[in-house]
Amino acid sequence: MIELSLGQAIDRAIENAMSEDESIVLIGEDVPMLRAPLYARFGVERVMGAPISESAFIGAAVGAAMEGLRPIVELYMVDFLAVAFDAVLNHMAKLEAFSGGEWHCPVLIRAPSGGGYGDGGQHAQSLWGMLSAIPGLTTIIPSTPMDAYGLTRTALRHSGPVILFEPKLLSEEWLEFLGRLGREDLEFDVPENASGMVNEDEFAPFGRAVTRREGGDVTILSLAVGVHRALAAAEALASDNIQCEVIDLRCLSPLDRESIRRSVAKTGRMVVVDEDYRNYGLSGELAATVLEAGLHPTFVRVCVEGTIPYNHRLEKDTLPSVKRIIEAVKEICQS
Amino acid sequence: MELVNIYRNMSRSREFELAVAELWEQGLITGEMHASTGEELVAAAVTACLTAEDSLSLTHRCSSFVVARGVPLVPVIKELLGREDGLCHGRGGHMHLFSRDYRIATSGIVGASLPTGAGFALAAKRLRPHALAVAQIGDGALNQGMALETLNLATVWKLPLLVVCIDNGWAITTSSESLTAGSLPERARSFGWLVGNADGADIEDVSQAAKALVKNVRAGKGPAFLYARCPRMDGHYLGDALVRLARHPVSDGRDTLTKVVGGAFSQGGSGLISRATGLTRMMGAIGKIRHTPAHGDDKDPLVITRKRLSKQGYDVAKIDLEAQEEIRCAVAVSLGEEHD
Ligand SMILES: Cc1ncc(C[n+]2csc(CCOP(=O)(O)OP(=O)(O)O)c2C)c(N)n1
Ligand SMILES: [Mg+2]
Repeated sequence: MIELSLGQAIDRAIENAMSEDESIVLIGEDVPMLRAPLYARFGVERVMGAPISESAFIGAAVGAAMEGLRPIVELYMVDFLAVAFDAVLNHMAKLEAFSGGEWHCPVLIRAPSGGGYGDGGQHAQSLWGMLSAIPGLTTIIPSTPMDAYGLTRTALRHSGPVILFEPKLLSEEWLEFLGRLGREDLEFDVPENASGMVNEDEFAPFGRAVTRREGGDVTILSLAVGVHRALAAAEALASDNIQCEVIDLRCLSPLDRESIRRSVAKTGRMVVVDEDYRNYGLSGELAATVLEAGLHPTFVRVCVEGTIPYNHRLEKDTLPSVKRIIEAVKEICQS
Repeated sequence: MELVNIYRNMSRSREFELAVAELWEQGLITGEMHASTGEELVAAAVTACLTAEDSLSLTHRCSSFVVARGVPLVPVIKELLGREDGLCHGRGGHMHLFSRDYRIATSGIVGASLPTGAGFALAAKRLRPHALAVAQIGDGALNQGMALETLNLATVWKLPLLVVCIDNGWAITTSSESLTAGSLPERARSFGWLVGNADGADIEDVSQAAKALVKNVRAGKGPAFLYARCPRMDGHYLGDALVRLARHPVSDGRDTLTKVVGGAFSQGGSGLISRATGLTRMMGAIGKIRHTPAHGDDKDPLVITRKRLSKQGYDVAKIDLEAQEEIRCAVAVSLGEEHD
């Protein structure tokens, strides 16, 4: 067991996988520098700096995966996936279905996501809702270093394309690189316990949610930073005698619908905490998941509405906060 | 007179960047603040050729253009501070500055300034005859698909577009030449564009090139490309770790180096030669930063220009003082401090 940040845990998973599997190559802008230890260890043939040509290098990753490599593509931020959306939507996600299951596309896209450090609305989005809507893609969103490690390890043995969302607010490396930049006394609203212990032998399965806290009154469904916010809210609510069950979804496609239904059937109240956009996304999908099972819980969602503002305080208010979660929970407990 | 006005805007831009750096250092500006120090001359010389009818599509490194364009500085600074009364009500921030009055838009998506600029040019062509659009772009961004597509689009639509490509040799930590095939001016030339190739520290050179290209574009002869080499004086953004590593290797570098060396000597992975190449490349990048002109030294474009104009008998010291005073006031007003 070693203590790592979420970002370090992903690095470690990649390093271990690369040392076991020669077919893995790492592609991305600045990776020789950003992943200097991997670059130094695996060399220029396997850790390849790419020009700012996302549509070309993600498209190329698809072709390379079809012909026997296992590319890991790093993006600076998931927001920039927009530039290469065709490779994702029409190629890597479709290949297996189009070829009648004959051809596979083992590409892992590592995409830092989310805001919280005042970089403005083109650098703060989560986008897992819209990406998880695409058939043929697996989407993993760890909230702990252990899950980050375990899910990445599983992704690097998986036969199909996976998008790994790396919540920037949970990776001190990204916060330092993008927000702090040497300004040591700058404070970010980083959840406690963002670092954690990692067991390098443990893989995490896709499509399995984890209950982070048990409770009988309300089910809070969340992921990434939202899980930490929800746990803090649950702790505060416990002193008001409201017992929250906090479920960390971890993986949106495939989604662990069974665990969601089981908890909501028990509590009859459902709160979704999601750093992604509210409309046409994850929170609606979760509502449908319980409705389709014949459940009719009271329902409220704490999501992002509108474009994320640059102003740090407004940004904080736009992203799901502990305060908003507490209000939402109290609201449905009263109704 | 014309050159002096260009210098005035250079000086204003530099003072602006210094003031922004101070605010950023104090934690009053969040996120990735990309300083345009080293590029002031290009921005000042290009904007000197523009009218109020022309528009600008800018990148994440836009400050010098914004300042030289004459956008009132208090709202700009307030925007960087995220204030409600900022240029974009604190919603956009430094990579997303928009001014309708000054026809300026910026984007944090690398390469996106070109298609937007082409659209500005298209609108100008239809709605404001004799107006043109300027699109700023970095050297790294010219590898972006949408940027390359725009080179063709603007050609076949014969758009009044001036692309200003600022080659600072870098895209974040990547030395651009290592990942850019051919030459950037040749790319534009191969589409039939009129191309100017200027030294971003040479005021006559840049100003003449900008004037000639703008004249051509305004005359309806299709797009043109100004290629200018400039130093990236403050790294990719304020607080750039590589710059800190290059300048203070002992205090800031030890951690990074230990990790790299640890990686290079661990078990498994590639052969020795490949690993050594990795390390050598990293050291190369740090070496390159060490050779970048620093503020106030002989190779700083501002210093070069100052000396040249001063030799020609202009009172540059006075211009610098005025710029300092203007920026000092703008910052004080933006912060809501008393101003004497
Ligand atoms: C589509 C996209 N990919 C990646 C990035 C991250 N990024 C921001 S600036 C930058 C480098 C740009 O280099 P260049 O075009 O030379 O401009 P410079 O920063 O040198 O002015 C990169 C890769 C981004 N903002 N957008
Ligand atoms: Mg550059």
